[in-house]
Amino acid sequence: MSASFRSTERYIASRDLEVAVNAAVTLQRPLLVKGEPGTGKTVLAYEVAQALGLELIEWHIKSTTKAQQGLYEYDAVSRLRDGQLGDPRVHDIANYIVRGKLWDAFEADKPVVVLIDEVDKADIEFPNDLLLELDRMRFFVYETRQTVIARHRPVVIITSNNEKELPDAFLRRCFFHYIRFPDRATMERIVQTHYPDLRRDLTREALNVFFQIRDVPGLKKKPSTAELLDWLKLLMVEDLPVDALRSNEKHLVVPPLYGALLKNEQDVHLFERLAFLARRGT
Amino acid sequence: MFSHLIEGLRQAGMPTSITEYLTLLGAMRAGVAEWSVDDFYYLSRATLVKDERHLDRFDRVFAQCFKGLETPEGVLPRELPEEWLRKLAEKLLTPEEMAKIEALGGFEALMQRLAELLAEQKERHQGGSKWIGTAGTSPFGAYGYNPEGVRIGQHESRHRRAVKVWDRRDFRDLDDTVEQGTRNLKLALRRLRRFARQGAATELDLPDTIRSTAKNAGSLDLKMVPERHNAVKVLLFLDVGGSMDDFVKLSEELFSAARSEFKHLEYFYFHNFPYERVWKNNRRRHDERLSTFEVIRKYGPDYKLIFVGDAAMSPYEITMPGGSVEHMNDEPGRVWLERLTSHYSRAAWLNPTPRNSWQHVRSIGMTSELMEGRMYPLTVNGIDEMARELSH
Repeated sequence: MSASFRSTERYIASRDLEVAVNAAVTLQRPLLVKGEPGTGKTVLAYEVAQALGLELIEWHIKSTTKAQQGLYEYDAVSRLRDGQLGDPRVHDIANYIVRGKLWDAFEADKPVVVLIDEVDKADIEFPNDLLLELDRMRFFVYETRQTVIARHRPVVIITSNNEKELPDAFLRRCFFHYIRFPDRATMERIVQTHYPDLRRDLTREALNVFFQIRDVPGLKKKPSTAELLDWLKLLMVEDLPVDALRSNEKHLVVPPLYGALLKNEQDVHLFERLAFLARRGT
Repeated sequence: MFSHLIEGLRQAGMPTSITEYLTLLGAMRAGVAEWSVDDFYYLSRATLVKDERHLDRFDRVFAQCFKGLETPEGVLPRELPEEWLRKLAEKLLTPEEMAKIEALGGFEALMQRLAELLAEQKERHQGGSKWIGTAGTSPFGAYGYNPEGVRIGQHESRHRRAVKVWDRRDFRDLDDTVEQGTRNLKLALRRLRRFARQGAATELDLPDTIRSTAKNAGSLDLKMVPERHNAVKVLLFLDVGGSMDDFVKLSEELFSAARSEFKHLEYFYFHNFPYERVWKNNRRRHDERLSTFEVIRKYGPDYKLIFVGDAAMSPYEITMPGGSVEHMNDEPGRVWLERLTSHYSRAAWLNPTPRNSWQHVRSIGMTSELMEGRMYPLTVNGIDEMARELSH
């Protein structure tokens, strides 16, 4: 594949992320992406698909997802029912094989990007069950005695929120990238790409408040990029004056519309208490 | 080519294997790193590191392995005249040409040659492939390319800007020195799982469906059953404070592993030995206490009881009324432990201290006796042993 992945107008990727994506694309191995929630792990897959001009097949993992579901499922119940009704389809078992996302990806005419989202949500053995399929890009359908082999090895992007540890054998086969929380300069670029018409001074003040909140020790869930963008949107809709964000004193203040940033009751309490202490201290 | 990097990483305790090394070489050959040291660093990081906790360790090893890439200390025998080295032209070579450039071999050899040349050379030089100057292919000078080159007087490095990147050690916070994660503990705890059907009927019960379909003279009669859930119930009693402070980390790991594996997990804290009261919130242990009787009443004998504690204390704390270090207890600790173990027949004690040290502490022996020998070390193997014992 000649096209390579670069930052776009909508997605700011750091150089190390670009290298990791390009390595995974070139060597046709899965890329495992970890990072704080809200730092753009899932969005990355969309952007990679866009940049390479490929179709994206998404497979969102839930706690009940089985590895087999990504390959295929055998719908025994409808076959049984069709048998009852005397439907001629019943004689061919292939009619009751329901294709999974990976099968679709393997059989696609053009290479595709496969997103396996939040792989850590599934059972602890889930990644192990997909080892061979992701490595060799082929699997065997027992019911029809057929082997599905990928026509083009898809670009596989796997995200994880670190809720469970992934097995070593699985990790060995992946490239790994940890999306670090962006620094201030990068954050300004990100905000710029999302809200190009946002006033400069408002951005600056908002980022001040935002990074101040992230520095508060003991927060259960630190606000991340996604929350910042939501909050900025709210600020724009409400059309708040810059002064509302600016505090003359150095200490903490509870920012307006804080609900977009702090998603946890305890965090709000903690923050209010700290703000109160800071006020009293001066 | 980079085997010393792999060796260094393995020595630093990272699980890097030959597979990853080959992947890295493959990626290098495919030209992913685009001949930039910066990209090489990013590429090798994406290939060799699989856990963000290891990123900092990787940075350190990388810096060590490629220390020669930095401007070496004590190399310049004297200041070179500025006009020699002023930027004039940059000679751009194709990768093929770069590969052709012969390295002179070894850092020592280069340094020696540099010293010789400096002694020989008295004039400014540019281009060519022997003398020190700029834009040439000699190993010495700047703005040119030689794989083992030494940079002299270049304002900003073209090929090795990256040294700073790994020297920043951005990932220090993520290295928590936990060698083994909770995965192994979870796998060991899995033995305790017991599946049972509870809740809404959402799954097809195939045997029953066949049976009732046959009974129905062949017309389909679907039977559903509830999904199987892990129905094991666990009571976890955790010793906190005092001698347990050294094992907080281990206990936390066990706790987090257990919490995600079991739906029915109740935990309580105690100090040294279980007495008439336990608590759920360690920060408010003095206000929110719970009678141990209440625990016994509330949680039936189908729960499995697991104590976690080092059981290191004065024997009086076990045998005597009033022996507790914290409060006045009317009944000795052993009575309470016996009460608990007679109610919960599946009980075990996990001890974070190593097994071979148990015989030296009298209270451990006594506790183990009270537990009828069901005391296991808090290691993956120990948990495995315990799980086997408790799952009968």
